[in-house]
Amino acid sequence: MAASETPGATARERAADYLAKRHRFRLAEALPWLIAIAVFFIFPTRMTFGSQVLVMVMFALSLDLILGYAGIVTLGHAAFFGVGAYTVGLAAARLEWTEPISGLFAAAIAAGLVGFVTGWFLLRYRGLTLLMLTLATAILLQETGNLRSDISGGYDGLPGLTFKPLLGIFDYDLYGHTYYLYVLAVLAVVFYLVRRIVYSPFGQALTGIRENVRRMHAIGSPVHRRLVTVYTIAAAIAGVAGALFTQTNAYVTLTVFDFDNSAKVMVMLILGGTGRLYGAFVGAAVYMVLEDYFSKLSPTFWQFGIGLMLVLAVLFAPRGILGVFERFGNYLSERKRS
Amino acid sequence: MPQFANIAVSILFDGLAYAMFLFITSVGLSVTMGLMGFVNLAHGAFAMAGGYIVVTLTRSYGVGFVPSLVIAAVVVGAVSVVFERFLYRRLYKSTDLEQVLLTIGLAFMAIATATYLYGPIPKSVPLPDWLQGDVNLGFRYFPSYRAFLIVLGTVLISVLWYAFERTNIGAKIRAAVDNRGMAESVGINVDRLFTLTFAVGSGLAALGGGLAIQLLGLSPSFAVLYLVLFLIVVAVGGLGSLKGTLLAALVLGIFDTGGKYLLADAGGFFVYAVTVVVLLIKPAGFYGRE
Amino acid sequence: MRIARWLGTAAIVFAVGGVAQAETIKIGVVLPFSGANADLGHQVDKAFDLYVKLHAKDIEPHKVEIVKRDEGPPTGAQAKTVATELITNDKVQILTGFVFSPSAIALAPVVTQAKVPMIIANAGTAWITNLSPYIARLSFSMWHHAYPMGAYAFSKIGCKTAALAYTDFPPGKDSTEAFKTGFEKAGGKITESIPMGSPVQVPDFTPFFQRIKDAKPDCMYVFIPSGAHATGVTKAYGELGMRKAGVKLIGPMDLIPDNKLQDMGDAAIGTVVMGNYAVDLDNADNKAFNKAWHEAYGKDSYPDFMSAAGWDTMHAIFDSIKKLNGKVDDGAKVIDVMKGWTGDGPRGQVSIDAATRDIVQDEHAMEVIRKPDGKLGVKVLGTIKAVKDECKELKVGRCGS
Repeated sequence: MAASETPGATARERAADYLAKRHRFRLAEALPWLIAIAVFFIFPTRMTFGSQVLVMVMFALSLDLILGYAGIVTLGHAAFFGVGAYTVGLAAARLEWTEPISGLFAAAIAAGLVGFVTGWFLLRYRGLTLLMLTLATAILLQETGNLRSDISGGYDGLPGLTFKPLLGIFDYDLYGHTYYLYVLAVLAVVFYLVRRIVYSPFGQALTGIRENVRRMHAIGSPVHRRLVTVYTIAAAIAGVAGALFTQTNAYVTLTVFDFDNSAKVMVMLILGGTGRLYGAFVGAAVYMVLEDYFSKLSPTFWQFGIGLMLVLAVLFAPRGILGVFERFGNYLSERKRS
Repeated sequence: MPQFANIAVSILFDGLAYAMFLFITSVGLSVTMGLMGFVNLAHGAFAMAGGYIVVTLTRSYGVGFVPSLVIAAVVVGAVSVVFERFLYRRLYKSTDLEQVLLTIGLAFMAIATATYLYGPIPKSVPLPDWLQGDVNLGFRYFPSYRAFLIVLGTVLISVLWYAFERTNIGAKIRAAVDNRGMAESVGINVDRLFTLTFAVGSGLAALGGGLAIQLLGLSPSFAVLYLVLFLIVVAVGGLGSLKGTLLAALVLGIFDTGGKYLLADAGGFFVYAVTVVVLLIKPAGFYGRE
Repeated sequence: MRIARWLGTAAIVFAVGGVAQAETIKIGVVLPFSGANADLGHQVDKAFDLYVKLHAKDIEPHKVEIVKRDEGPPTGAQAKTVATELITNDKVQILTGFVFSPSAIALAPVVTQAKVPMIIANAGTAWITNLSPYIARLSFSMWHHAYPMGAYAFSKIGCKTAALAYTDFPPGKDSTEAFKTGFEKAGGKITESIPMGSPVQVPDFTPFFQRIKDAKPDCMYVFIPSGAHATGVTKAYGELGMRKAGVKLIGPMDLIPDNKLQDMGDAAIGTVVMGNYAVDLDNADNKAFNKAWHEAYGKDSYPDFMSAAGWDTMHAIFDSIKKLNGKVDDGAKVIDVMKGWTGDGPRGQVSIDAATRDIVQDEHAMEVIRKPDGKLGVKVLGTIKAVKDECKELKVGRCGS
């Protein structure tokens, strides 16, 4: 609030000040990372599950970029996850390209490319039409894979993939320790990039498009180009998540393209809270941990618990779990002020 | 009859029967989404509930198949009002995303409840004799059940068309779909209209669920399994349009059947390819408002 | 004093049959308890529970502790995660269940690394057993039913020409490939081969079948996942009047799972399937199995071939525990005991081939009939003894590696 009270400050300076403040790293932001590291030491036998949670966090994060920041609602995000997953899968199975880290780059490029092409055509559409078109894209990719199951392995997948040790040193272990740290490290890098993007002028323009697309057109913002750009970036990140999925499982089947996969990641993100960066962390972690917990409690009826949690979340935590914290934070700061 | 004509008749007949099922089950979704912009992913759960009511009535209480269909539609329609009043209503002003979360949550709960009550093993339903076997239409035989679907579908379409185009309530609904704010400002109680259409739509979904047992079988996952199909019909037809939903159901039903018959190797491609082509050309669907 | 206590202990030890220590064996059960295929997991799970309940005394003083986890959808990923954690976190010594082939395929490298035996109770892709020396299978490979059916259909059912229709996923492709191999070897001719969509949603079968009806082959060999699809197939076949038109319905036993047979009606009568199990199979073990099943789960609940395989799976596991006297920590030893295992169960006598760790069992050609009591059932037309997985014997594709 300092800038607004400074006499003589121009609107431009005030805005710049506000943006710089938003960009600044807050202490609370370290929390999820500390938790992720603590989990490594507290639950050493649960790292296989832990890696899957982190992969979903990254997948949800990529969706947040387009859904939360640019307002693009899609039901076909699994397309990019799948393209990334199959890029490293096919590279390892057919080309003997088994170096994991370069595989991530290949996956990002392949998924980004698919994102760019489909985005260029599809982002002219909105609402239900866009939902159906993105959904159909993912399913058509899946069907293509099934038609050529001689290459893709179809629904039996690509079995027995082996990857080179990480950095030539760290090999896959049964407990999944290596891969947990690997996925966490990649997630940290990706998160840093996403955070930079979100708080850049480009990110602000995206929010503008989300909030009022007509006005953005009116002020001459190249809306379509920006949407395609962010869609491509999100696709590339989803591709990396997919690649990590294949690497951690040493296996991939065509089910990665499933509608369920697209829908689930969206539910996780909304649950955590959209447009908040950390919504992806909270949503994916809460959803998956509860799913794991409920399905151990009752392998048959666990969906009731998950469903009830979603209904309660909507009724009592609109705008996601993080939304609750945010309102609580606002409430505290207002009390302090008054 | 020449081979070609025979094939064409087969495709048209089977496609038509399938289209009727698609129409009956999807039309409610289209109208509620068009009227309130409410994304109801629990629509399939209402259809599933209808199916299970039919199973219970026919198997445990010996009620006939057709009366069971009617009872299922009425019961589910009535129960859906409770959901609408206590849950859906609170989210009219919310974003699509929250509606998605609520209704998918309800669908999950419905699946678990159905598993608890009926077990995971798919159910089937005993049909009366006149719906089994086939019926002779002079030049060839057709399966009776499919003929029944076509007749029932035609009757329902006529009734809905009359209600939609010729009655006062229908006119109000159309007005509200076109411009909700304007409709409200001239004194139409859109909330009440919505409750009504929601109940009718859910009832029809239940009817569709009951009819689907014989076509597709019924298990708890029915609640979400065919949701994508219903959404496709709604999107291709255009939100809130009776005409559009019918046309979409016909096109998708007949293309799907024809694709399976003539180009079986293309597998699941066909429905999605048709969807993409239609939506690329007409983004709002056949009769949706641009 | 000390001596007295020592004697007392010794007395107790001898009293329980000379066993020094009672072990608790942890068995991880991974089956689809939720989702579109929950019914399949249900059928196996009930058989597991029933076996454990009735036979817990056989392995005394040892006990088994069963840890159940949801196999989830057939992605491989979830099954791999839960099964890996069953090993790392719950420390199970034996893994069993596995309805979906992708689950078993995904897990193969893990069990190799962890040296934990994985005893498959259903997953039917033929080459799974080649993936790890720690895998043994008690159910079947797609080839068990489909390959002998080829020759049988040609010579005994009178199929000179046949159309293939299958659900478009690996078991469907395997099954039709196996049938085709056997059928063409016998001299039959395949007229066409029609993929029928995904295993998840039940499609409207009518257009596919209408096409076959118009082409008029002698027989139609259909593979679908045993579940909701099966009823759909019979209904569409009946509705189209295909039997009247002279097209016989044949296939593996997945077409007429026992727990859905009563719902299928007259349309199913005359269908001929090849399979390893039916409720009506005439042997003493099967009668006892059915009786126990109905006592436990009610008269309207039926076991099916998946349950029979589940029963035999648990039987083999219990026998191994007995033979190793509860010491199952060494997975290699468990597998060694399993190799060549022979047991009597609902399917008659079955054994595990020591070379391939896959099941050897009798296959029966069975025709659906209306029984004197008015219910639908099957009549065994012929039996082929001790069938091995021909995919591995003939070294077809991946089965050869």
